[in-house]
Amino acid sequence: MLVPILKQGDYLIASVQSELSDADLLKLRDDLVSRVGEFRSRGVIVDVTILDVMDSFATRTLRSMAHMIMLRGAKTVIVGIQPEVAFSMVQLGLKLENVATALDLEEGMALLDRQTKGDTRRG
Amino acid sequence: MKKKKTNEQADKSSTELRQELVDHFREKRELLRHQWVEQMISKGLLAGLTREEIETESMTIYDTCIVCLETGEYDGAQTYAIRMAERGVLRGMTSEQIIGGLLTLRDVYGRSLFERYQHDMERLSSALDIYEPVANKILSIVALAFVEEREKVVRQQQEAIQELSTPVLQVRDQMLILPIIGVIDTHRARQLTEQLLRTIRISRAKVVVMDITGVPGVDSKVANHLVQTVDASQLMGATVIVTGISPEIAQTLVTLGVDLTKMNTVGDLQGGIEEADHLLGYKVVRVESSNGFIRKEKV
Repeated sequence: MLVPILKQGDYLIASVQSELSDADLLKLRDDLVSRVGEFRSRGVIVDVTILDVMDSFATRTLRSMAHMIMLRGAKTVIVGIQPEVAFSMVQLGLKLENVATALDLEEGMALLDRQTKGDTRRG
Repeated sequence: MKKKKTNEQADKSSTELRQELVDHFREKRELLRHQWVEQMISKGLLAGLTREEIETESMTIYDTCIVCLETGEYDGAQTYAIRMAERGVLRGMTSEQIIGGLLTLRDVYGRSLFERYQHDMERLSSALDIYEPVANKILSIVALAFVEEREKVVRQQQEAIQELSTPVLQVRDQMLILPIIGVIDTHRARQLTEQLLRTIRISRAKVVVMDITGVPGVDSKVANHLVQTVDASQLMGATVIVTGISPEIAQTLVTLGVDLTKMNTVGDLQGGIEEADHLLGYKVVRVESSNGFIRKEKV
């Protein structure tokens, strides 16, 4: 299942629509990392509200993706992690270190707005 | 002589004897029941019950026991025992009262059998063979019903305490307070975290002040739970500020080598709220006319 990537101003929004296989996750990562350069985006939001499970592979992929995007000059926010998912993640010892997280899309946008405020690349 | 009879005959005679016992108890119903009630009163087992209750209850119990003896079915006794346990536990009847009462009834039945068959030892012994298993079975049914009822009450109360013991309170927009009081074990830590996460989602909180002033002791396990709570909240996009770490707990944590550097800690709850205000961009200002508060009180 492909994840649609929407361009919203300076940001890219990847809204996950169904459970993702490992291959889907890698595809999402590659797409986002290349699109960031294509659109000269300053921030990326990955919405995982729909996900009931976040395993170690998904966590690692999201984390590495965030770091890759950072190297390409943009910020990443993971939004919409459900309470149950968050709890099972910490129990399994899965961490999203150095990756920003927010409650939902709205909060994620606000966070990116704050973080990229000083960014004068676009003038 | 009896041993020479075939099994079939033995069965038949036992059925007859059973019916004989039932008839005997029915016949002597009023006499035996009064004996029983008097014995219980003299032992002080009926404290707190009215005369009427004693009458109806003793009649029901007496008859239920006879039905069990007659039919060999214990469904009636089971249902009645559960009902009695529900009422008994609620009214604070002690186990001693219940078990003591039934033991007394057992004695009364047994004594009357002795009286009836005292000249025929063999018949007495087969009568007891029939009667005793039934009496024991009834006793165990009642005792179990009571224990189960107690446990049910204890479970309910535990749940109630747990629900009450982890309030998550909103003090301002996007700010929650989580005062933790009492010992934290794995089960409670889990429940607490789940409740906090749910509340974060509902109230869209950004900052949580977790106050552990009321936690008596912290070991590596508890510290681990706290770190998990903080991490999970972080995944939901909320920052956690931990307050109220006492000198003893601070010492223990450092001695244990628990790494809490990632955690945001502030001395007391007041400081924690101030820090949260700062993070959220709130500013608390004292208004000049605040002495109106005093005037109002005097009116």
